[in-house]
Amino acid sequence: METFTYYPGCTLRTKARDLDRYARSSAMALGISLEEPDDWQCCGGAYTTAKDEIATKLSAVRTLNAAKSVNRPLVTVCSACHNVIKQTNYDIIHDDEMASKVNNYLKLDEPYCGETTVYHYLELLRDVIGFDELAKRVVCPFKGKKIAAYYGCLLLRPSKALAMDDPENPSIMEDFIKAIGGTPVIYAQRNECCGGYITLEDKDQAAKRSGVVMRSAADQGADMIITACPLCLYNLKKNSGSELPVYYFTELLAEALGVKEENDE
Amino acid sequence: MQKIGVFVCHCGTNIAATVDVKAVAEALGHEPGVVISRDYQYMCSESGQNLVKNAIKEHKLTGIVVCSCSPRMHENTFRKAAASVGLNPYLVEIANIREQCSWIHKDIATATEKAIILGKAAVAKVHLNAPLTAGESPVAKRALVIGGGIAGIQTALDIAEAGFDVDIVEKNPTIGGKMAQIDKTFPTLDCAACILTPKMVEASQNEHITIHSFSEVTDVKGFVGNFTVTIKKKARYVDETKCTGCGLCTEKCPMKKVPNEFNMGLDNRTAIYIPFAQAVPKVATIDPNYCMMLKNGKCGVCSKVCSVGAIDYKQEDRFIEQKYGAIVVATGFNPINLDKYDEFAYNQCPDVVTSLELERLMNAAGPNGGTLLRPSDKTHPHKIVFVQCVGSRCDDSKGKPYCSKICCMYTAKHAMLIREKYPDTEVYVFYIDVRTPGKNFDEFYRRAVEQYNVHYIKGMVGKVTPRSDGKIEVQASDLLADEQLHIDADLVVLAAAIEPDKTARPLATMLTTQMDTNDFFTEAHPKLRPVESATAGIFLSGACQGPKDIPETVAQASAAAAKAIGLLVKNSITCNPCVAHSDELMCNGCSSCEKVCPYGAITYIDKEFRMPDRTTAVRRVASVNPAVCQGCGACTVACPSGAMDLNGFSNSQIMAEVDAICK
Repeated sequence: METFTYYPGCTLRTKARDLDRYARSSAMALGISLEEPDDWQCCGGAYTTAKDEIATKLSAVRTLNAAKSVNRPLVTVCSACHNVIKQTNYDIIHDDEMASKVNNYLKLDEPYCGETTVYHYLELLRDVIGFDELAKRVVCPFKGKKIAAYYGCLLLRPSKALAMDDPENPSIMEDFIKAIGGTPVIYAQRNECCGGYITLEDKDQAAKRSGVVMRSAADQGADMIITACPLCLYNLKKNSGSELPVYYFTELLAEALGVKEENDE
Repeated sequence: MQKIGVFVCHCGTNIAATVDVKAVAEALGHEPGVVISRDYQYMCSESGQNLVKNAIKEHKLTGIVVCSCSPRMHENTFRKAAASVGLNPYLVEIANIREQCSWIHKDIATATEKAIILGKAAVAKVHLNAPLTAGESPVAKRALVIGGGIAGIQTALDIAEAGFDVDIVEKNPTIGGKMAQIDKTFPTLDCAACILTPKMVEASQNEHITIHSFSEVTDVKGFVGNFTVTIKKKARYVDETKCTGCGLCTEKCPMKKVPNEFNMGLDNRTAIYIPFAQAVPKVATIDPNYCMMLKNGKCGVCSKVCSVGAIDYKQEDRFIEQKYGAIVVATGFNPINLDKYDEFAYNQCPDVVTSLELERLMNAAGPNGGTLLRPSDKTHPHKIVFVQCVGSRCDDSKGKPYCSKICCMYTAKHAMLIREKYPDTEVYVFYIDVRTPGKNFDEFYRRAVEQYNVHYIKGMVGKVTPRSDGKIEVQASDLLADEQLHIDADLVVLAAAIEPDKTARPLATMLTTQMDTNDFFTEAHPKLRPVESATAGIFLSGACQGPKDIPETVAQASAAAAKAIGLLVKNSITCNPCVAHSDELMCNGCSSCEKVCPYGAITYIDKEFRMPDRTTAVRRVASVNPAVCQGCGACTVACPSGAMDLNGFSNSQIMAEVDAICK
């Protein structure tokens, strides 16, 4: 059994428990062991673009270093955590000044220089397990189900740092949907922002944006939407005014692998 | 005893502003062997050259060093000047103190010091220069044009007009290229086919022109005046000499679901096909990817209906070899792939089309017989949005950094034609800038705005969202009004950037010509030699050198033809004497040089040698064909025993330069 360091992130302990537990049960079913570091902290939720700001990036470095200390790749599943951790890692590698500031501050036993490989859970499925192999393990395929993938704004961007898929014409989630037996629905709004970030400031705007996303998917005949982002899920469900069901992709994965029921609380 | 003259040029202020030219002349005057050292404002001017000539005569100079611009600029000028007063031109050395010194330094002291060092190196080298005599080699009186679009056709016609034989190699089954797909041409709106097809016919009927359609260049050997080219004639499974182009086979072929590339995949063709009615040569071609007979041996309908027995399922690729004096590259362009522009929904919606697809949609020979209908439901679009600069002027890795140049004009043309033919249609054009320099071009664009009421909006489209009701939501910004626009369009047309054809890069390698970072062929000089490549005997025609519209392409095509004719009229050309030679006594026959020679100039011969003990022995040694050698020097570096040396750039000369620099 291959073992990876797993960073769930704080939302997955509260609002997004489903995203987390189905990720874990599915990994187990796929023969992957996910090990949480002992004392992880919140990733910060948003990657600050201020060049001289390092305090908010330190917790991500601690997580990366925790994976490095056990010499394992790091897996995350939340879009926001994945975004922050991968961007931090990218900047540590490419920005010497930031790397030295971070290391001066953290005073680790050995400086962290971007050694850890970071996978999003979807990348784990695509690059480590392989979608073909995943398709073979599926016991309850989503046959005939038209599933729309919602990437949102964070999962793939900035594409240079995240290096996951083409940010404008991605295929990783559609390939995932095919692997679990469903029919992917391509719709124009799949990689646009849902407005979740401004929910507190301007709820109308968030409602408008999420409505556009949901209508676009429904218009193209989708039966459901899947996402990897807790904030998107919340916003699409609560603010959009649409009845179209929204799920975490891990929930469908667990169901396809036949491990959903026994893990349900 | 060597008598060397040094001549330091000011180049106006180009050199003199950052290099103390008098100090350079003074310093180099003290170098060993230098008997005269002078500076002058413009050494390349007539009086400057006279200064050099007089000094050569007066001081009986045995070599000269000119400290000036790059040798690419004026080496020839000074060689000619020296030769005119009896000094062998290869006893002239140029020290480049402009491009490699004055232009890149700001500090006078540093630049002057460097100029002196460069001058010293040249003096050290000229001490070892030997007089060289250029040989001559004959010119094959035949030209090759690679690419049969409007550029290649025009070049071939002009060369043939001068009385020389010329071959066109075209990779597609017909010549005509992109222009054959275009409906109307700006700024006069005449029909492209009406002005192109007569030229195609002229090319096919001209006794001096041979068209190799469905063919590719696979190998190029030799050098200017003397190229040997291998052309692959791809199997078309139809005997070109028998086929009459009657088209019966294409009517009867049961495999009718092949995307028609001539109509940009907007309709289908058969597996055996003639690309379009005016194709030249008008000969059928079988597509082996779709032909059922070729795939699994079941069918054979075309061979049954062909009354002249032209079908040959067993045909194979043929290779022909031909000698040419000049080669003209006319490989053209293609619109870029739009897969990475998902924001415009090109892959999601059939009613989001490229401009070239729109040309076919509007063309009388297109999929709709010339009526503009939406590809999805064949209804007439009432609201059309054009998006310019899709992939052009892009600073990210998705697109191209350059302006594709033709899009502003053809978009204005499309908008105008649509408003003219379908006045009930609303047309929007989103632009970053409208760029319409060119004769009658800006007037043309203004007519679209003022007379035809096309809505030109400065701003880019952010998102295109196809809806299930058939409408296409276009979200865009109007930068002048500072507004967000939402337009429910019926058709969206993307002006995709253009890029060089994919065959250009491997061809450049075969021709040893240069390309820029965008894979456009590089001209020998951006201003003064725009149709020649840096490789002698290779000329550039049309969009393979950079984005161009039809008038410009034709002008350049004729210019390239003129240059090629200038070469073909010569009976022989002067060879470069700076070629490699091998010291046979040092050569150990290892073949290292033969392997690195890009021109195939080195062969091995068995030669009898007298050995020290008065016996003879046969040894294998390298032999350089001076007519083929281009003097690149690769062999001199590869030779482990130091037997290979290059005339004019011998190992001892290079070492003398290095010593002078490092002293």
